[in-house]
Amino acid sequence: MTFSTFLQQLINGISLGSLYSLVAIGYTMVYGILRLINFAHGDVLMMGCYFAFYAFLIFSLPWWVSFPIAVLMTALLGIAIDRGAYLPVRKAPRISALITAIGVSFLLENLALVIFGGRPKAFQRPPVFGHAIEWGDLRFLTLSLWIPIITFFLILLLLFVVYRTRAGMAMRAIARDMETVRLMGVDVNRITSMTFSLGSALAAAGGLMWTLKYPQIDPYMGIVPGLKAFVAAVLGGIGNVVGAAVGGLLLGVLEIMIIALLPSLGGYKDAFAFLILIGILLFRPVGIMGEKLPE
Amino acid sequence: MRRAFLVAAACISVFLSPGRSLAAENSIKVGAWLPMTGAVAAYGQDAWSGLQIALEMKPAILGKKVELVLVDTKSDKIESANAMSRLIEKDKVVAVIGEMISGDTLAGGPIAEKARVPVVSPTATNPLVTQGKKYVFRVCFIDPVQGEVAAKYSINTLKARKAALIIDKSQDYCVGLAKFFKDHFRKLGGKIVAETYCVTEDKDFSAQLSTIKPTQPDVIYAPNYYSPVALFTKQARELGIKAPVLSGDGAQADELIQIGGKEIEGVAFTGHFNPKAAATALAKDFIARFEKKHRNREPNAFHALAADAYFVLLDAVSRAGGTRGEAVRAALATTKNFEAISGKLSIGEDGNAVKPMVINIVKNGRFEYLATVNP
Repeated sequence: MTFSTFLQQLINGISLGSLYSLVAIGYTMVYGILRLINFAHGDVLMMGCYFAFYAFLIFSLPWWVSFPIAVLMTALLGIAIDRGAYLPVRKAPRISALITAIGVSFLLENLALVIFGGRPKAFQRPPVFGHAIEWGDLRFLTLSLWIPIITFFLILLLLFVVYRTRAGMAMRAIARDMETVRLMGVDVNRITSMTFSLGSALAAAGGLMWTLKYPQIDPYMGIVPGLKAFVAAVLGGIGNVVGAAVGGLLLGVLEIMIIALLPSLGGYKDAFAFLILIGILLFRPVGIMGEKLPE
Repeated sequence: MRRAFLVAAACISVFLSPGRSLAAENSIKVGAWLPMTGAVAAYGQDAWSGLQIALEMKPAILGKKVELVLVDTKSDKIESANAMSRLIEKDKVVAVIGEMISGDTLAGGPIAEKARVPVVSPTATNPLVTQGKKYVFRVCFIDPVQGEVAAKYSINTLKARKAALIIDKSQDYCVGLAKFFKDHFRKLGGKIVAETYCVTEDKDFSAQLSTIKPTQPDVIYAPNYYSPVALFTKQARELGIKAPVLSGDGAQADELIQIGGKEIEGVAFTGHFNPKAAATALAKDFIARFEKKHRNREPNAFHALAADAYFVLLDAVSRAGGTRGEAVRAALATTKNFEAISGKLSIGEDGNAVKPMVINIVKNGRFEYLATVNP
């Protein structure tokens, strides 16, 4: 492999990895606050993409209108999921919430299948994201610059919300002890719904970037990003937003480099991702940036 | 409240579940074993609308109405095997049309074989699908022929000497077709400069493409289904790779053009059917009816071949004079010069069809006809 091919592969890896990061931050935030692994995260992402698709198709809104609308709609969907599915099992053991999350995931997939149909739909990429940048032998899309920038700003926004607002203070308190927070007169259900809507909005943002890069949407499109984001979140230390971003980047670069260095193993890229997951769980369950869990 | 919800849910599920029918006793049940959702949903849905038109053209046989029972295989091997069991045990079909792709047909074939229910696959092209099976047939050509035609087209028409490949390791179709292409391309004096791999759900091919790029191939062979071919070609152009992309019969779905956009222009592929090359009376009737029903759309290979599977099966039932598995099987195996939509076909060795092949190319956002290759 020549140096320029290596650089190109590195760019490919960062471009893929930043996408994983973007999806992973919402995943990890919901876990960090509610201690719930939201397996429906990928499917919420898928719904966000369909919202944007139909906003664009039916109302022919430009992307800078349809994208915020899709993010908003997905946030509302997040609240609805929380009220409908997670609220009734809030006091049940954690495993019940986990199983409910899996149920929500199936519900969303099949709902999308019935409403939108099983055939993939083509997503129109606005030209501002699709320009190719050429730099010597290296080539990449403007989108590959946009994704890390958007991820960076969303992380800043998220940290601001969690650490600098009153609602954020309540979120952090809930993460420690939900019952006591309730006794202090905080509306726990409202804060939890807010957490979900924030997580869903982040999923939608991730989904939109995903479809801009791979312009095809279908009801099962959320599964792979959901799984990869989960691996990225665990890799970075689940519950840690910055860790998830680092984990995502690392995972993306690793996946690309495996194919680049060992082309004959290209078919086993996902297997490597899950091997990493197993390895992390075995040897460093708190991830790269996670702290030791208090007993 | 909860009860009302449950009742409503039950009603909806009854309403939505496919394959349910209030059949009269006096009908012949044929299973439509198709991928209606999942990775290759377009094939199943196109096949189903093709079957609707075929049913309209020939609604009865031996004085009995034909009834199609649809089951969804979800483009998945395990689901395909389950769906086949369901068709045979629960719906008691006399024959099955499907599956559209090789891996799924291979998964369900042994079940039908054991139950002696004849299966006619419209487009499963891998040779293993019918090999050693008495009850599995197909109305399409097989991959060794397809690989050979693609290799000849690369060498003779594209003047290619160096080829690169991308192979989906989890699909029997892709692995088989790639192998046949490689063998023939090498035999004709070509050189394989890069061989890369992916799996079915992959959407990012940048690593494979960046590996291919420095080898400067004259042609890239991507024997895969419409979605990956569209995404792969799009990403190839974005990375500045200009080599022509060549594919197999799996490319011919509208999604290839919708997803691929302008980057997909110039992609050529070996295929089963192009309406412009259609010559038989059955084809003309089918195309006319199709265009009347679906405005602004042309029938593609999956519409046509599903209908062909239907007509070939009904022809066999009428020659067998009944629906007994053994008799229909024997009649299917002796199909000779049947004037199908996709051309004149005979069922040859191993239950494989012997028939012409077309080469299509994407031009101005349409599938244009390039050439016909006769057996």
